[in-house]
Amino acid sequence: MGISLLTVSYLVASVTYILGLKMLSNPASARKGNLIAAGGMTIAVLATIFLYEEEGNGLHNYVWIFAGLLIGSVVGTLAAKKVKMTAMPQMVSLFNGMGGACAALISIIEFNHLTRNSDGTAAYFSSLDGVNLIIIFAGLIIGSVSFAGSMIAWGKLDGRIKDHAFKGQHIVNLLFIGISVALAAFIVIARPVETPIYFYVILSLSLIYGVFFVLPIGGADMPVVISLLNSFTGVAAACGGFLYDNKAMLTGGILVGAAGTLLTILMCRAMNRSLTNVLIGSFGGGATASGGAGKAQGNYKEISLSDAAVVMSYANKVMIVPGYGLAVAQAQHTCHELEKLLTEKGVEVKYAIHPVAGRMPGHMNVLLAEADVSYDKLEEMEQANEEFASTDVVLILGANDVVNPAAKTDPSSPIYGMPILDVEQAKTVIINKRSMKPGYAGIDNDLFFRPKASMLFGDSKKVLQDLIGEVKNL
Amino acid sequence: MDQVLNWISEHQQMIYIVVLMVFLGIEVIGRVPSVLHTPLMSGANAIHGVVIIGAIIVMGKAEADNYLAIILGFIAVILGTLNVVGGFVVTDRMLEMFKKKK
Repeated sequence: MGISLLTVSYLVASVTYILGLKMLSNPASARKGNLIAAGGMTIAVLATIFLYEEEGNGLHNYVWIFAGLLIGSVVGTLAAKKVKMTAMPQMVSLFNGMGGACAALISIIEFNHLTRNSDGTAAYFSSLDGVNLIIIFAGLIIGSVSFAGSMIAWGKLDGRIKDHAFKGQHIVNLLFIGISVALAAFIVIARPVETPIYFYVILSLSLIYGVFFVLPIGGADMPVVISLLNSFTGVAAACGGFLYDNKAMLTGGILVGAAGTLLTILMCRAMNRSLTNVLIGSFGGGATASGGAGKAQGNYKEISLSDAAVVMSYANKVMIVPGYGLAVAQAQHTCHELEKLLTEKGVEVKYAIHPVAGRMPGHMNVLLAEADVSYDKLEEMEQANEEFASTDVVLILGANDVVNPAAKTDPSSPIYGMPILDVEQAKTVIINKRSMKPGYAGIDNDLFFRPKASMLFGDSKKVLQDLIGEVKNL
Repeated sequence: MDQVLNWISEHQQMIYIVVLMVFLGIEVIGRVPSVLHTPLMSGANAIHGVVIIGAIIVMGKAEADNYLAIILGFIAVILGTLNVVGGFVVTDRMLEMFKKKK
């Protein structure tokens, strides 16, 4: 009875994951979808705790299990509630790393379990089930790579870790992961007596690989990496599904593995780069120098606040291009206020959203949604590019790489080939930045030196507040 | 070789599930508008937290004198729960902001 109820619970849970993902892909049902998946997860967890049986024995150690669940829930909820909207990508990366670590820990425990007899003496290795060993190793390697990588991605997005790259790093990386896989294969085939030592060597190598895998990948590519690591963790969870013959883990894991991979590819496509290019072509470190840094670029001009206010108030159409600077300054509400004010004055105001503006795809949408900006004011890149020609003023708020014309004109630029917002077609371009420093990808932007462009330096929020004041005084 | 073939026939149900889920996973998010990419990634992140089930099983099976298993299992349960609960709450927070507008 108990066991069949467990099966039904897992079935329900699996269906909720699929439904949840499906509903998450539609704005109207997204929130409900998330809750449904969460509900399914709760059912699966509770059913496992109370109904799981192995050879007729239920689970024990309830105190430990509930203590762990309680600590995890409290900390998780607090962290998720307190995090600022700007730090959302880091948070996702952090949670993803926790999942990866969880998968790796399961593999470690199961391995110890497999290699030890009940009386604590070392087991005779040759009697181990080979395929089970393979799964344990897969879970271990993928899980620890995902954990270490996510931690580095988190540190980078949080500004705690800088890009590091050295010559031949990719070869060293390949060596790390190659040796891990080869060692795992060796253990499965030859079953040496020193297996436990090799096991921890594999664990360490995978962790090191995860670190070195993400370290050289620079800023603009971080969303792709997080998405990729997300699907890694999915696969690691699915390994657990095989290990315990557990369908809920299997469906959930593989579903995320597949969807995560597709999402990764979609993101790469938005930047017009291949996944290998993102992973192998180190973006941050070496590329900076080649990014046209040494070029003499002439002068840029500044525009005063009052001039900017006048230009915008008497325009027919204004397009706002938000970027990470807006997110950092938490200026989304102020931005919405300016938009309302201009609209009252009869100016048509729209937002042009680049798919990878900010630190994650959709980052800007989430941010502007928080400020109650209405959906139909948000234009996706293709639409926006068609409208720039009929736009009087483009106001760029802390965006840089997504409007860099080098992506179209300079084949030596690391972002060459990435589709950009073609703001130059508009009559005037006003760029709000904190300084002339290059953007996240670490490359200079020719746009700032073009005749149509003028700079408006300062923190986005402060500048927008001042602009509002000026517009009101007109 | 025999072992592998045996394993495949023993687990054929699971293998069918894997194959179908791969296609389903791709199909399900294939039509997602870019607006929802971030919440979707976050939601998927919460769903792979299903690995918590494995942690619970490991924890629940650990013998009382196997301290290594108990400690590691306990950490695994905490981390898995963080992934699940944190993931769903963060996603909900993002989506909450979408819902307000008409």
